[in-house]
Amino acid sequence: MPACGGDLKRYMMQPLTNRAKVLDLKPLNFMERLYLPNIMNGMWITLRHIFKKKATIQYPEEKRPFSPVFRGLHVLNRDEEGRERCTACGLCAVACPAEAITMEAAERMKGEEHLYREEKYAARYEINMLRCIFCGLCEEACPKDAIYLSETFAPANFTRKGFIYGKPDLLIPDPKNEPGDFSLAKGQIEDRKEKVRKDVTA
Amino acid sequence: MHLLSVDMTIFLEKLTMIAIVVFALLGIALYTTLAERKVAGVMQDRHGPNRAGPFGLLQPLADGLKLFFKEEIIPLSSNRVLFILGPFIAMFTALITSAVIPWGSSLELFGRKVDLTIADPNIGVLYVFAVVSIGVFGIMIGGWASNNKFSLLAAIRGASQIISYELAMGLSLIALLMITGTMSLGEIVKAQMNGAWGGFLGWNVFVQPLGFLIFLVCVFAECNRTPFDLPEAESELNMGYHQEYSSLKLGFFLFSEYINMIVSSAVMATLFFGGYDIPFVNETHLGETLGNNLVAILGVLMLLAKIVFFLFLFMWVRWTIPRFRYDQLMELGWKKLIPLALFNMLITGIVILLFDK
Repeated sequence: MPACGGDLKRYMMQPLTNRAKVLDLKPLNFMERLYLPNIMNGMWITLRHIFKKKATIQYPEEKRPFSPVFRGLHVLNRDEEGRERCTACGLCAVACPAEAITMEAAERMKGEEHLYREEKYAARYEINMLRCIFCGLCEEACPKDAIYLSETFAPANFTRKGFIYGKPDLLIPDPKNEPGDFSLAKGQIEDRKEKVRKDVTA
Repeated sequence: MHLLSVDMTIFLEKLTMIAIVVFALLGIALYTTLAERKVAGVMQDRHGPNRAGPFGLLQPLADGLKLFFKEEIIPLSSNRVLFILGPFIAMFTALITSAVIPWGSSLELFGRKVDLTIADPNIGVLYVFAVVSIGVFGIMIGGWASNNKFSLLAAIRGASQIISYELAMGLSLIALLMITGTMSLGEIVKAQMNGAWGGFLGWNVFVQPLGFLIFLVCVFAECNRTPFDLPEAESELNMGYHQEYSSLKLGFFLFSEYINMIVSSAVMATLFFGGYDIPFVNETHLGETLGNNLVAILGVLMLLAKIVFFLFLFMWVRWTIPRFRYDQLMELGWKKLIPLALFNMLITGIVILLFDK
């Protein structure tokens, strides 16, 4: 059995990449001991990096595009007449693996037909954004198209309480009062749905 | 204005020069800190500071203000007087080196010939060396007075490093002085302007390439710049000799490093790269068409351009080469550079003996 030399390869670990290099432990020759050529080499590398494309993204001005299936903050949907779609059936809360959704149901009174689509509605609808894992199961569970995950994410807050989002934070803008904002938010929702549908069919 | 048969306006003239040079140095040093961070950024595929003002141009002001408003802490166990003296010596010596550098030829103002140099003594080179040697004391006193083991170790390192490399630096210059035959920086520049191609081939770097290389390496060591930044080796000595310093005293130490860089660049440009000489241009011919004042100002700008190039070289090397180990540093200084400088001296002496008669 050879001690070393030509058969060394047999004892080497199988290379996982093609970047493995056999170390050359010969003493440095004169040119290498001068270091200057190697320093020049290194400086040439750093000089070239000056002209390379920067890896940094200037965050507030530039943002990385989200994936079409990105799941961010929730939106409580309304129909075209501005009525809340949620009927407080509780399926989303049941589906939620993080138990982040709290809701209280209430009965629609006479004269509130323009506010709520069905006879029952959510008087309180809270999502704890610190518990939420943004899995999107609530969106899948909802039979009424009432909850969607948008492309925004929860901004920083000073207190834990601030991360419990109530109905005012979650509801989509009213199409009667703020048609622009509504169509914007709605458009984004539809765009996302469209994108996902294309991805699924493709 | 004649008093004791001395033309008193010369004091006014020199004071103005001093004020201009000192403030220019401080201003350039201020923006060198920004340039350093920008260069570091672009060499690492980043942008560098660009939030304070357009292109981050107000960043140095913000940094300075921050240092200025920081709480000043003087450790109880430190030697108070020396602790305060350290950064002042560092700053003072960094600034007064600039006194002998010829920034330009001369201007004709109000019927007077104003030399664009604060002083041009016939021992200019010696003066630079003397002041640089005093500069060690800033680091040593500051590091020792802090009463901190890291500071002390860094101060010892700094002192031994600067003293070791001063030897090789001096020896490499002796060969140059053998050729120029003068120690006055002004004379050295004037001698370089007489070469071919408008002075370009007269630059000492072509006469003394090896001497320049040794001098360059020693300047890096003298300025405590990477790869010789052992006195402030963050990874082993926290912050080095200015560990215990805060507020403006820390600022003085950091700032003196940059001023040292600028002045060393100026010395290198003066000694080896023709100072304010504009390459490929005959200054006297140009002076007849453009006027001497304009040519003098162009010369000053040329010197500044050379300084900027060397400053970039300082940064370029800093963000390329890793730090030396201490024994490697000493080996390079004593076993390589000093013999090399002696060899260079020998060759120069032989060449002068054989061909210069």
